[in-house]
This record gives sequence, structure tokens and C-alpha cells, in this order.
Amino acid sequence: MTERSLSEIPGGVPPDAADPVSARIGEIAEARAGEPGPLLEILHDVQHEFGWLPESTVPALAHVLNLSRAEVHGVISFYSDLRTSPAADVEVAICRGEACQAVGAEALVAHAADRLGVGIGEQTADRSVGLEQIFCFGNCALGPTASVAGRLHGRVTPERLDALIDDTQAGSSTP
Amino acid sequence: MTTTVYVPLDSSARAVGADEVAVALTAEAARRGDDIHIVRNGSRGMLWLEPFVEVDVDGTRIGYGPVQAEDIATLLDAGLLTGADHALKHGAVDALPWLERQDRLTYARMGVIDPLDLDDYQAHGGLAGLRNAIALAPQGVVDVVAASGLRGRGGAGFPAGRKWQTVLDAPGDTKFICCNADEGDSGTYADRMLMEGDPFTLLEGMTIAALAVGATQGFIYLRSEYPDARDILREAIEAARGYGWLGDDVLGSGRAFDISVRIGAGAYICGEETSMLDSLEGKRGMVRAKPPLPALEGLFGKPTVVNNVLTLGSVPFVLAEGADAYASRGLDRSLGTQVFQLAGNIKQGGVVELGFGVTLRELVEDFGGGTASGRPIRAIQVGGPLGSYLTADQLDLPLEYETFAAAGAMVGHGGIVVHDDTADMARLARFAMEFCSEESCGKCTPCRVGSTRGVEVIDKITAGDDRQGNLTLLLDLCDVMTDGSLCAMGGLTPMPVRSALTKFPEDFGLTAQEVSS
Repeated sequence: MTERSLSEIPGGVPPDAADPVSARIGEIAEARAGEPGPLLEILHDVQHEFGWLPESTVPALAHVLNLSRAEVHGVISFYSDLRTSPAADVEVAICRGEACQAVGAEALVAHAADRLGVGIGEQTADRSVGLEQIFCFGNCALGPTASVAGRLHGRVTPERLDALIDDTQAGSSTP
Repeated sequence: MTTTVYVPLDSSARAVGADEVAVALTAEAARRGDDIHIVRNGSRGMLWLEPFVEVDVDGTRIGYGPVQAEDIATLLDAGLLTGADHALKHGAVDALPWLERQDRLTYARMGVIDPLDLDDYQAHGGLAGLRNAIALAPQGVVDVVAASGLRGRGGAGFPAGRKWQTVLDAPGDTKFICCNADEGDSGTYADRMLMEGDPFTLLEGMTIAALAVGATQGFIYLRSEYPDARDILREAIEAARGYGWLGDDVLGSGRAFDISVRIGAGAYICGEETSMLDSLEGKRGMVRAKPPLPALEGLFGKPTVVNNVLTLGSVPFVLAEGADAYASRGLDRSLGTQVFQLAGNIKQGGVVELGFGVTLRELVEDFGGGTASGRPIRAIQVGGPLGSYLTADQLDLPLEYETFAAAGAMVGHGGIVVHDDTADMARLARFAMEFCSEESCGKCTPCRVGSTRGVEVIDKITAGDDRQGNLTLLLDLCDVMTDGSLCAMGGLTPMPVRSALTKFPEDFGLTAQEVSS
């Protein structure tokens, strides 16, 4: 086995300085680098800015925070909120907690999957709508609950969900 | 004369149209030349009446609900601003039986005040507890909390005073107060409502805890599913800093304390306290073995108080009114009040704060009015996804930690989810395993692998594939998960599964005799 140079140690490789995305992620990280245990907060910041975590997130954060790439990757893969691919234009998230199931959440999920032609965690082919499952929005007395394009809705029937999705599509070029 | 109208900002109220009501009210009042001032208050907790609009008529608040934006014109026509009659009118809010029969201590200000108005907060008793705490020595504060009998409201029910004593006695200059606001259990939402509707109460409880144990920094670990709570908490913290409450000199006491909000990222397991600490440190939210106790080696290895929102939210009352006032409520070793949450298939869902000892029947039937569907109750799950399923025959159980534990159930965080007779209990048992496999942190094999095997075995039973053999396998798997998991995720997932099996064997294609033999 050959000896590895410093630059081959995970996290020791400087991110590509010419890549503007990588440079920007580095800046975001630097802004919080003095805080205790800042990695998850920084990942939220990066996702807030880009809408997802671009590939260069791992090397850029490993470099700034002096962590191994494996550590950064491990945190990203642990949390379901953190995305390693872009979100759909409109995210539809339906609660599958027991309280919402007691008033028809499973039927609502099945309806949404049927209408959109996608499964949970998938997006339509044109990436206009994505379907996600959530375990509890804290709206347990007024379920079923769904979030459409970031807005929370209670007592959602299949018809109401269709109307909410239609509303988000009304402004786009495709009818 | 300006008329004050209250329209809740609570996210459940917003989910059924409160923002649209506020917009319509503003526009319609302007069109008519009515002089109104809209206050976005927290919710009173009568969620089935949301959006619940209140009008201040000569100092009495008159309630209307559920109001939709399209009702505003007819309401104003009828004389909403003078408290006139209308089909949606419920009358003087303070006299509504649903509220009057409650004993609101932790929730005393909920829905009453403007959540971000510090003057309003203090006019309704806010900061009295903190001022009393400042006048006491740290040990004195811990003694009051211990004497009140307050137990952790997150689910485990550990005595708060004993936890604080451990942190106070721990050596070291750096200590932390961590508020667990990762309220992930389905059927629970009282933490969210308090953070949105009366955030200063939580900040006051955390500040009292800090003075008691000698901490200078607090963190609120808030789940990402609660963006409204995040924004309100951050505003409340800024207001408290501006007032000289949080910062280098807490209300002139010479003591320093500040609070930051950190946001989770969609992992249920981070509601478990050690996993939450790892997540707060920016890591994967993996469960830690105990010992060491977080009270001794918690956040960043320092002595740490980890308490739930409602535990900390109950502390201001205890310090303001005294330990005896709090301990005069409740039953046996479950002292004080619990903020119960009625959820699922329930006609009148919402929040009921009462002393421990109230029966399930009083909550589900008297307050809740039975199922929303009007069908018979089949099963009730208390204490979140890891709680046992109870039957309609068990409605007379008093909600109290030890009685529930003796019945093989748990009070937990006080969430009560009702299912009607259309519920498929085999499917819900399967879901418990599926949820565990989705949300397990992966540290313990019985939880990580067992939950996936559990889904498969339940599928085989319901498909009629060697029912008896697979039942034996499932019960054995439940034993292994219970005994071989570090935390409640793997350890308690068998609770809903076993209770569904024993109480509703027919849903699995089994007989009672087959399950019990």
C-alpha cells in the first residue's frame, strides 16, 4: 500500500477555488465557523440559499470545519430534510401520523400518488410537483394535514388537495 | 372608538383559514369605515372552532367560530363589533363551559394575550416567577421546583427538581439549559401552541432554570416542521434581550443568560434527549448510552438540564404562586396539571389543561364529544406513537403516570388519539413497525433491523401465511426489541404492536385464544 499524501486525506483537500458554488458555500460556513457545533446550522443555511445541497457542499464544509468528508456526508444522509438533489417546484407533503391516519390520511396519500403518478419521495417527470410524507405537523385535531408549497392546510379532503395543487399550477405556462 | 378584534396566529388556526379571515376583516372594516384593531393572539385551544374570532365589547371578549373569510360580511352586518347575535356566536369566552371547567396554570395566558407584547405578558402575571427566583439562592429555586412535584412533561415523567439538583451540584463553570422542542409524537401539539401563543412563558422557565443551576447559555431544539414557532420564538428572544431580560444582566440580577434556537432536520429520534444533544452539537442524531447522565455530561460534555417545553413552561407558575399551589392539583405522585391534547377522530379536538387524575372518558366524551365521524370509538392511543392502544372499555382509567403504567400504557406527553370503528388495527400495528424502521437512528440492531422484520412478519400474519408460527416470531421479536434497545424508540415500539394484537386479534385474522396461548 502506498503512503498517502496530506492532500489525499479526506477533508484535507481544499475545495475547488474556481467553483463559485463551492466558494459561496465556504463563505456561508465561515460565517458560523466560530459557533459551537455549527455543521447542521450551516447545512440549513446552504439549503436555504440553494434549495438543496450541491455536490461541492461536502468537500467545502469538510475543509472549513476541519471534519472528514465522511462526517459531513454522514450528517447529510441522516436527516430527511436535507436534500442532495433539487426540490420540485411545488412540494406536497402529507402527514402520515396516527392522528391524521384516524381521519383518512392514508387515503389522501393514495389519492395524491394516483393523481400525480408518483410515489412518496418522488417528483413528476417535469419536476413541477414532488410528493413527500411527513410525520406530524402538530395539527392533530384538524387533520388530515398537508403542506402545499410551504403552506399548511387542515381538514384536507382529496378534492381540496386537488384544488390546492391546481392553484399552484395556475400561474405556470402549462395548462 | 377603536374595537379590538382577536384572530389567532396559531398554525392550526392558519391551516383552516385564519390569515384569510384577518385579511377579509381588515378590508371589509376599512370599506365600511369601522375602526378596528386586530390582535393576532394564540389559540384558546378549542381547535374545532378555529378560526375563532373574539371581539372585545366593553372589556368582555365575545367569541365567534369557526369563521371563514366569506362569513365576515354577514358577521359585520349582524353587528360583530358590538357582540351581536349570529349563527357563529358562542358568547362570552371566559364563560364557555369548555374553558371554564379547565384549570389553566401553564396555559393561563394562552389565547388571552398578544404573544409578543411584553407589557401584556406582565399584565397577566408574566415575569413574577422569574423575579421571585432572582430573590432566591440557586438552591432555594431548586427546592421550590422539587417541592412542587413537577415531573418531566416530555413523556418519561422524571422529577424536574431532582434533575436540576444534579446539575446544580455538578462541578464546572459551563452549564447549559436545553429545551426539547422536538415534539414529534403524532397527537401532541401543546408545545407548539405554547411556543406560538405564549413564547415568553417558555423563555421565563428556561431563565429560572438557568438561575437555579448556574447556566449561562440555553438552546431550544425546535423541529423543522414548526416554522411559525421558530419565527415567533426568535422575535420573543429579541424582545427579551431588548428589555434587559436575556443578556449579560438578567433583569438587573447581575447574572448572565441568553437563548438560541436551533432547528432540527426531520428526524423523529431527535426528540430522545441524548439524540437531541448530538443533533444540537451538529452531528447525526445518534442515541447515547446512559450513563453518563446528560445532567452531568450533556451538551458538549457539560452538565445540562434537558427539559420539555411544557416542563419549563410550568416553572413560572410554580415560582410565582409557590410549590403548594402547584402540588395541590393532581393525584398521588402525579402532581400539578397536564396539558392534554385531544386528536385524531374527535369531534371537539383541542387542549384541556386539568390536574392529573381526570379520566379518559371525561376528556374524550365530555370535552371531546366523541368521534368526529359519529361512529363508535374503537381504539385510543395515549402518549404518542409508542403508546399502547386502549379500548373503549378502558375509558374510565384516570390519567396518572402510575395507573397508566400499571395498565401497560403510558400518559407520555398527554396526547390522546381517537380512532373510530373503521380503524384497521393490524394496519396500525404494521405502521408502528414501519415508523420505527423509518425513524430508527440505527444504533441498536433490534430497533434498526427488528422493525423491518416486524413489518414483514405482520404482513405474513395478515396474509394468512403460517399465522401461528409467525405470531410466535412476532412476540419474540417484540421481546428482543424491548430488552435490546437503548432508548424508547426500539424499546416501546412493541407497545402499540402488542396491545393491538391482544385487544384486536381479529384484525390480524387471529383469535383471542391464539394470541394469549
